[in-house]
Amino acid sequence: MLVSTTCLKSGLLVIEATTTQLRKTALNSAHRRMGAKMVNFGGWDMPIEYSGIVNEHMATRTAAGLFDVSHMGEIELRGPQALDLVQFVTCNDASRLTDGQAQYSGLMTSAGTFVDDLLVHKISDGHYFLCVNASNQEKDFNYIRSAAVRFSAKVENAGERYSQLAIQGPRALGILTHFTHAPIAALQYYHFLGGEIDGVRALVARTGYTGEDGFEIYFAPDHTEKLWNDLLEVGRSEGLLPCGLGARNTLRLEAGMCLYGQEIDATTTVWEANLGWICKLGKGDFLGRNALQAQKESGIHRILAGFEMQDRPIARDGYPVLAGHGQKIGSVTSGSPAPFLKKNIGMAYVPVESSAPGTQIRIGIRSQEAAAKIVPLPFYKRPR
Amino acid sequence: MYPSNYRYTKEHEWVRVEGGVATIGITDYAQHELGSVVYVELPRPGVQLKAGQSFGTVESVKAVNDIYAPVSGEVSEVNSALADTPETINKDPHGKAWLIKLKLADSSELAKLMDAPAYEAYVVDHQKGTSA
Repeated sequence: MLVSTTCLKSGLLVIEATTTQLRKTALNSAHRRMGAKMVNFGGWDMPIEYSGIVNEHMATRTAAGLFDVSHMGEIELRGPQALDLVQFVTCNDASRLTDGQAQYSGLMTSAGTFVDDLLVHKISDGHYFLCVNASNQEKDFNYIRSAAVRFSAKVENAGERYSQLAIQGPRALGILTHFTHAPIAALQYYHFLGGEIDGVRALVARTGYTGEDGFEIYFAPDHTEKLWNDLLEVGRSEGLLPCGLGARNTLRLEAGMCLYGQEIDATTTVWEANLGWICKLGKGDFLGRNALQAQKESGIHRILAGFEMQDRPIARDGYPVLAGHGQKIGSVTSGSPAPFLKKNIGMAYVPVESSAPGTQIRIGIRSQEAAAKIVPLPFYKRPR
Repeated sequence: MYPSNYRYTKEHEWVRVEGGVATIGITDYAQHELGSVVYVELPRPGVQLKAGQSFGTVESVKAVNDIYAPVSGEVSEVNSALADTPETINKDPHGKAWLIKLKLADSSELAKLMDAPAYEAYVVDHQKGTSA
């Protein structure tokens, strides 16, 4: 067994021979002190697990989990035409946002494919706060900046100015309430406020990447260890556990959420990725609009679908989807055991005609073929 | 921790030889690094294995790990109970969770493997390397 090379076999989670210095969040030494297993995640030295993926996953579904997601990138747009710039580079309609509201969106190439997926927060007229994927931060910043020459708006690569913690799960609100007088209980999903958490100025958003209720908190890195420790200490009696990126991945997969580099990238479009709801062709001109309009009219050949294994082997990222006669018709974008659902699940691009729930597919797993069934997404929906 | 009558590989398998039969499993260090084992894939009896050849996989939630034969021989028995209770690998990796038994082809191969003190030292070294 080659323990040293084990890791999630995704594009972002491959352990590389590191000649370059890994980037570290403000919690790096805290993670190591607490015994987390660390991996190279897109150039960042990040915890993949503390007490175990299954344990952390279950804690987040049934109580609460705390995640250091400070590797995520932040980009701020300011100026009289900040909205016009957001509208031009992303596919969702940011003009619908009110102050203190966020939306999931896509940063589009001119071909209508993904530069990245992101959260767009409207702070005020003329000020938008974007949260982007860690490994795409530089690319996104350069891309938006080059588009910005046409607009009266400044683009700041602000990742260094923010730490980000995510507290997720049914008890997240109750735990966070101990730390603030801000009206976080009244925050609606995909809304945010500026307030103090544990005496620290923060942007607190009711968003997440787990399928649970919860919050994502952005604040100055100096305060990270204090906030992390205080949350864990107070949350412990409520079942709050520190969680790594391993559980974050299985949680988002159960919730049917896309991960850049797996479900979406520069070769996939919103129509193919089942993300048509974030694409507003009628909002006016934006990068990729013509291509997306054309694809909407001509139709797509492949689409992202969820599946459940029926045979025992586990489908993993990159495994082929096979037709009855062994011919490759698609590929698995994410595949894993689902700790809460206790099934082996995955998402895959399959031909549109093979994408209806109930359709039988086969997955090539090493030297064998295993039976699976298309199921509706998401796999998991939290009880409300 | 590591039985003194076993021999160990750098890839964290163990082998115990009794009367020409080699019993093979993965070490406590390996199961700990893997986390909760959820699936095991093993060969059928009769398969010929060469030392160093991959003969199956042990999977946790996050990873698929190949397992390599520490010595050469023909598979004589497979621990089929692991199909329904793969978590035994986490609970008793050096005992109940043996993976396969081989008819040992060449007992001189054992000399190339580590004994328990050497493996323990190797693991300590390995941990330093990964956490540095």
